[in-house]
Amino acid sequence: MEKPRIATASLAGCFGCHMSLLDIDDRILKLIELVEFDKSPVDDIKNFTGRCAIGLIEGGCCNEENVHVLKDFRKNCDILVSVGECAIMGGLPALRNGIPLKECLETAYINGTGVYNPSGRIPNSEDIPLLLNKVYPCHEIVKVDYFLPGCPPPADTIWEACVALLTNKPLDLPYELIKYD
Amino acid sequence: MKNLEKAVAKICAEYGNDRTRMMDIVRAVQVKFGGVDNEAIDLIAARTGTHRVEVESVVSFYAFLSQKPKGHVVIRLCNDVVDQMKGVQDVAKTLSTKLGIGFGETSSDGWFSLEWAPCIGMCDQAPAALVNDLMVTNLTTEKAAELIRALKANPNPGQLTAKFGLGEGNNAHELVQSSVQNNIKKTGEVLLGDVPAEAGLKKALQKSPEEVIAEVEASKLRGRGGAGFSTGLKWKFTRGAQGQDKYVLCNADEGEPGTFKDRVLLTERADLLFEGMTIGGYAIGAATGILYLRGEYNYLRPFLEDVLQKRRDARLLGADILGKAGFNFDIRIQMGAGAYICGEETSLISSCEGLRGDPKNRPPFPPQQGYLRKPTSVNNVETFCCVSRILDKGAAWFAAIGSGKSTGTKLLSISGDCKVPGVYEYPFGVKIRDLLQDVGAENTQALLIGGPSGQFIGAESFDKTICYDDLATGGAVVIFNKDRDMIHIAHQYMEFFVEESCGYCTPCRTGNVLIEKCLRKILDGQGEPEDIAYLQQLGNTVKKGSRCGLGQTSPNPALTTIKNFRAAYEAVLKPARDGMQPTFDLKAAVSDAEELAGRQSVSH
Repeated sequence: MEKPRIATASLAGCFGCHMSLLDIDDRILKLIELVEFDKSPVDDIKNFTGRCAIGLIEGGCCNEENVHVLKDFRKNCDILVSVGECAIMGGLPALRNGIPLKECLETAYINGTGVYNPSGRIPNSEDIPLLLNKVYPCHEIVKVDYFLPGCPPPADTIWEACVALLTNKPLDLPYELIKYD
Repeated sequence: MKNLEKAVAKICAEYGNDRTRMMDIVRAVQVKFGGVDNEAIDLIAARTGTHRVEVESVVSFYAFLSQKPKGHVVIRLCNDVVDQMKGVQDVAKTLSTKLGIGFGETSSDGWFSLEWAPCIGMCDQAPAALVNDLMVTNLTTEKAAELIRALKANPNPGQLTAKFGLGEGNNAHELVQSSVQNNIKKTGEVLLGDVPAEAGLKKALQKSPEEVIAEVEASKLRGRGGAGFSTGLKWKFTRGAQGQDKYVLCNADEGEPGTFKDRVLLTERADLLFEGMTIGGYAIGAATGILYLRGEYNYLRPFLEDVLQKRRDARLLGADILGKAGFNFDIRIQMGAGAYICGEETSLISSCEGLRGDPKNRPPFPPQQGYLRKPTSVNNVETFCCVSRILDKGAAWFAAIGSGKSTGTKLLSISGDCKVPGVYEYPFGVKIRDLLQDVGAENTQALLIGGPSGQFIGAESFDKTICYDDLATGGAVVIFNKDRDMIHIAHQYMEFFVEESCGYCTPCRTGNVLIEKCLRKILDGQGEPEDIAYLQQLGNTVKKGSRCGLGQTSPNPALTTIKNFRAAYEAVLKPARDGMQPTFDLKAAVSDAEELAGRQSVSH
């Protein structure tokens, strides 16, 4: 039987959740026995090569490209999981949500303390995806099936969740892995 | 500058520079200067010996207070659901056009402010607006235009009373002078029929306080505000609690949308109410009573103050009341300032203490530690009125009225789709079907029993009865005919709760917004079948995770319409096809960036 495929993406995140995924240490060998990695920064596959069982999403959506990738994941994955605070709630990037976009960009590129930008312009090339008016959590853009809380979720949480999904067994996370106060 | 300093000093001195009288102080500054600005906040803080944040938190909390100055004339148009049903939008358009300002704005000359207000207690004569302290009811576009014309000629709402005619009964009293109507449509033997003056108080003073409490307990009187706790028991706890100073508080903050029966009691049965409070003071051993009057009813204040003064003159308040040596009791009026949450008893206590209207943690319950941490009994206007009658006519007489565990009569404020809205006094146990007939309701689809914090019921419940064990209500009954969209109505009430949540408990502050958004989504035709489970789950979380009655009941408009009008939901919910969220609008989401970058997004 063909191994189920798994895909991952980091949208408006810091790659910390992916680092946490790698933190499963040698269990990654066991994971690749269980699954084949499809589109993911882990193997640098850029486009989906087939239907995936699971899509793990790190980060929320701060620009149009994020939205495009997220929708692509929804189309190609049976189960979509929001991994970590940014995917679930927008996280740190969403701190800008109370500030108008223009003000954000002007502070970042023109007026902010320590900014060196002799051109006085905000970068604007066709290669740069347009920012959204605010940062959206993933489930406000597509349907998300599961949420793994944490910043980042511990490796064990990601591991247990993936194993449970792949083996179709109930997930029994100890309290320590999901409490954050 | 100096003017402000002098005025603030004078106002603070008037209230003994006492920070627990903060509500009165900031209200007075607001009235005098149209707002309580930063400088005034500092001055008040210095005078009352507190921190500016404490003053600012009060000013920013209440709808009738503001840091930015408001116009000399503030027009607050009621946007309650019933007003919407009666065409308030047209009135709003007229007001806005004639004044040349939108809602939430102040005219550039500083004369007029236009605002929306939640239920102002006039659902039986909607649409209605509060113009400073002047109530203008039964508004039409013509009347609204006339109002603005008159105000522009003479921007003093107090002098416009004659223009709109005078209401019946005490509404025409020289100290009220209001066009508000009582609309008493059914009188009962307890409250709205003939009541002899002071008969209850006289008999109470012949008994010991314990005997008075026993009498109230024997009558099985339960709180009329909605929660239905035994009044006798509450008084017994308060009397038995440790502590010297005890307080009797009357909750006259009726803010539950659709409720207006306390307004009628305050207008027509003020003496009966104060008599009941005095009996309460005697029973629990309190020397001070406070009537917490909602800010919207400020037009009744001069009248009520006058009633209190007359009672003092007649030795019905003050020292040695009615010659009873050692029984001293007086009542003061505490004005609210436009906050629904203050109808919740611990918020009401916070407000009386000069704080934001935040609910308090329980325990301790108010009978143990309430106002100023002293044992306090908070009872509804109607409850006190019932007490006076019980002490006069006896517990057995009262207990014989009503049904089973719900004794006595209940005032119902009935409005919405019916021919004869108004206040009805029914013995407990009245059947919904009979009530609908009495008020001339036809083609009825739904009733909202107990206001939005209560429940929506449909035709299958029309044989149920109004009482604590069947359909409990603090008094609001709103009727909706078959042309009304129940989801739309539930959504409007959720907007109300979003606005009125005090914000302390996250489930209430955030959850109500999410419920409101989900209903909006359904109304926009984007609802999906799983939204029902989502709303139910979210609603139950809000109920369980909130510490006061507001959050514990605020999801009810959504939950009870789902329960009793599920077909209305199912008719409009469609399964999503592609796993995308229909509510996300990429085009709108990139519009700001497109404008800034001067190029179109490639994604839409």
